Amino acid sequence: MNLPTHAPHIHSPTHIGQIMNNVMLALIPATVLGFWLYGWPAINLWLVCVLAALATEALSLHLRGLTVRPTLLDGSAMLTAWLLALSLPPWAPWWIAVIGTIFAILVGKQVFGGLGQNVFNPAMIARVVLLISFPVEMTTWITPITLGSEQAPHFLEGLAITFGSSGTTFDAVTSASLLGHVKVELNRGVDLQAALTGYFIPHDAVWGWHSGSLGETSAVLLFLGGLVLIVKRIITWHIPVAMLIGVLLPAGLMHALNPSHYLGLVPHLLHGGLMLGAFFIATDPVTSPNTAIGQWIFGLGCGLLTYIIRTWGNYPEGVAFAVLIMNATTPVIDHYLRPRIYGRNHKGEALLP
Amino acid sequence: MTRFWQFHGGIKLNGNKNLSSEQPIAKANLPQFLILPLLQHIGVPAEPVVKVGDKVLKGQIIAHCQANDCHLKMSVPLHASSSGTVVAIEPHSVPHPSGLKANCIVIETDGRDEWVECNSITDYTTISPMTLRQHIAMAGIVGLGGAGFPAHMKLKSAGIDTLIINGAECEPYITCDDRLMREYPDDIVTGAQIFRHILGGTQHCIIAVEDNKPAAYSALLQSAQGRVSVVKVPTLYPTGGEKQLIHVLTGQEIGKAQLPADFGIVVHNIETTRAVYRAVKAGRPLISRVVTVTGNGIEQPQNLEVLLGTPIQVIIDQCGRKPDIEQLIMGGPMMGFTLPHDQLPIIKTTNCLIISSTPTLATQQTAMPCIRCGACAQVCPVNLLPQQLYWYTKAKDFKMAKNYHLFDCIECGCCAYVCPSYLPLVDYYRYAKAEIRANEQERQKANLARNRHEFRTFRLAREKAEKLARHQSAAAASQPDKKIIIEAALERVKAKKTHPDSEEKPILEESLL
Repeated sequence: MNLPTHAPHIHSPTHIGQIMNNVMLALIPATVLGFWLYGWPAINLWLVCVLAALATEALSLHLRGLTVRPTLLDGSAMLTAWLLALSLPPWAPWWIAVIGTIFAILVGKQVFGGLGQNVFNPAMIARVVLLISFPVEMTTWITPITLGSEQAPHFLEGLAITFGSSGTTFDAVTSASLLGHVKVELNRGVDLQAALTGYFIPHDAVWGWHSGSLGETSAVLLFLGGLVLIVKRIITWHIPVAMLIGVLLPAGLMHALNPSHYLGLVPHLLHGGLMLGAFFIATDPVTSPNTAIGQWIFGLGCGLLTYIIRTWGNYPEGVAFAVLIMNATTPVIDHYLRPRIYGRNHKGEALLP
Repeated sequence: MTRFWQFHGGIKLNGNKNLSSEQPIAKANLPQFLILPLLQHIGVPAEPVVKVGDKVLKGQIIAHCQANDCHLKMSVPLHASSSGTVVAIEPHSVPHPSGLKANCIVIETDGRDEWVECNSITDYTTISPMTLRQHIAMAGIVGLGGAGFPAHMKLKSAGIDTLIINGAECEPYITCDDRLMREYPDDIVTGAQIFRHILGGTQHCIIAVEDNKPAAYSALLQSAQGRVSVVKVPTLYPTGGEKQLIHVLTGQEIGKAQLPADFGIVVHNIETTRAVYRAVKAGRPLISRVVTVTGNGIEQPQNLEVLLGTPIQVIIDQCGRKPDIEQLIMGGPMMGFTLPHDQLPIIKTTNCLIISSTPTLATQQTAMPCIRCGACAQVCPVNLLPQQLYWYTKAKDFKMAKNYHLFDCIECGCCAYVCPSYLPLVDYYRYAKAEIRANEQERQKANLARNRHEFRTFRLAREKAEKLARHQSAAAASQPDKKIIIEAALERVKAKKTHPDSEEKPILEESLL
């Protein structure tokens, strides 16, 4: 009788696992669409990521001498793997997924001290490492061939694509992503309008019917998923809105100044990893600021950097780099931007009568 | 008064108040022994004025706050809750988070419940505020909302323009104020007017009730008849916190280390108001209080008017003890503390007992790492950054914790309630506060020791210098004598030279050397 416990003696029913599960639920529509668009290889890739993540997490927890079960089942490792999978080319080989996932969990998270301790978003670290190390595999995109259609690889062919040697000879149509294509064409001196002709179809882009990463293509589904997270109060709206503004504001401005050279708002919004980044990556609580104003600065920074890298950088896509750079500023933002405390002014001095 | 301000954060809680809110206040049984701690409030303990073996009457002062100037001190006298014999004055377990023992007067009741003569005041408006304050202090009244701040200390300030009677009762489960407001609205309104008279007729007098207690609100509204304003405030934990309620009603924030009185505001609790009413109108000192006895560990949750000093065991038995009690909480589920056993007395600050047959939810989950989700910062009514306080406390960086205004934390528990990692955040803050206070004391001790050492070194040096100076001056003083000796010797030499004496000569020369 009479256990001595701490106050408060009651607790809200939320726990970490629930938060992670909700984020994963919100990712399901975009993921399922990705599976449907890119077929069995995409499913295999996603599975490899998740399994590798759980194995790496379990091993590192064991090596650190911690109880494996509660942390393994909190969903954080699975979520990291899921986000990484969504940002990979859907037909990437298995070892890309394994190397990326191990890097995300081991170097991105556990080396810093595990859940809650990492400075950078683990999935984005892995994506950048893969992009720099394996540029060919990481930029080989395919045109959607829906699951079950005649041209699509069936189950065994899918296994061969994911697990086979790199020279798999499946008859798929590879094509550049829109942002990549535009960058190449502009570098060749081709006019933007000419480059976009036949490449950018807004209706398809909205639903995700174009070549791109496994789960980044459907802006609408990702946006709806993000909306669910905001409604369920798992994330706040500040970072997504700020990040979208950070991209759209300069994009609109530059496009208005020189429409034949700078992409307009719609392609920026619908292509690349912006939607996934704004709602699911940049909002990672561990690596983003805590105060609303801090989140505004963080989000705007993510957006602006994304636009700058996309427009003037060497890479066609900049979400991952932008988020990582802004992750590094999070501690500084949190240090300088503190809310005004009850009974004190903004400097922290007590109010006097 | 129609506009309300809103403090930052706060949480909506499942009240669980209907367990006990529909039961009228009943009288608790007279126990065989009453255990009365000498300190039941913030401040200085009272001094016993009875001896073991003395017969006492109900309402008789058994411990006093030294002399009759109670109203100037952070202390109040203690009264016998029933008639009987003093059987012991000794340390006894008391309901306190520390679990330590404290001095108590134990009375064996005689069952007659015989009152001492009471000194009532029929028309308080003709009595000076000073005398009334003295009267309230002598009645042993302290804040009955939980903190136990002696009531008279909040009645002496000049320049008060707003009196607030706090009927928010925002903690789940607790319904004692709700029942009092429903059953004794006239007492409370009159009590508020007594306060107002003592404070020199404040401009505003507001009784604030959370909107989850409509019956209490309408009862008070009917009694008030426009004499005081009765307002419904939105139900949000911790609106019942003094500073939070002031913010909701006036928009005024009270600075750290300031008192509401400095801003012209005084807040008193519902039951305190009623105790003042009884002390003035009936001359009855504070010898009982209403306690909400609730939880799933008893058959009939209810509100009981309990004599102070009644052992909790007696209360639980009266409410129908279930065999499988797991936990005993004094106070509400957000800020209360667990009791080690039920052999403890009800004291002036016991507003609620939660008797639970299932371990609380908070204990069923293991703590996980903080993911910096910021849910705690969103609900903090003080707008602190609880996660930063947690990280700094965990790293034992108490300087930074202080820098993030750890001491502004009111320990309401909102952060720990919402934490998805089930971290016992409030415990971390209490630990950090205790460590900082201990360090502070250590530092003061070390400073004292250093000062003492430095003074000793200085004193020794000074004494040495003084000694040396004394020797020198003594030497200097003996100098003229030598001259005289030498001159005398020279005189003798001269004399010898004039009268030569060969034998003495070498000796004389030696002495001259």
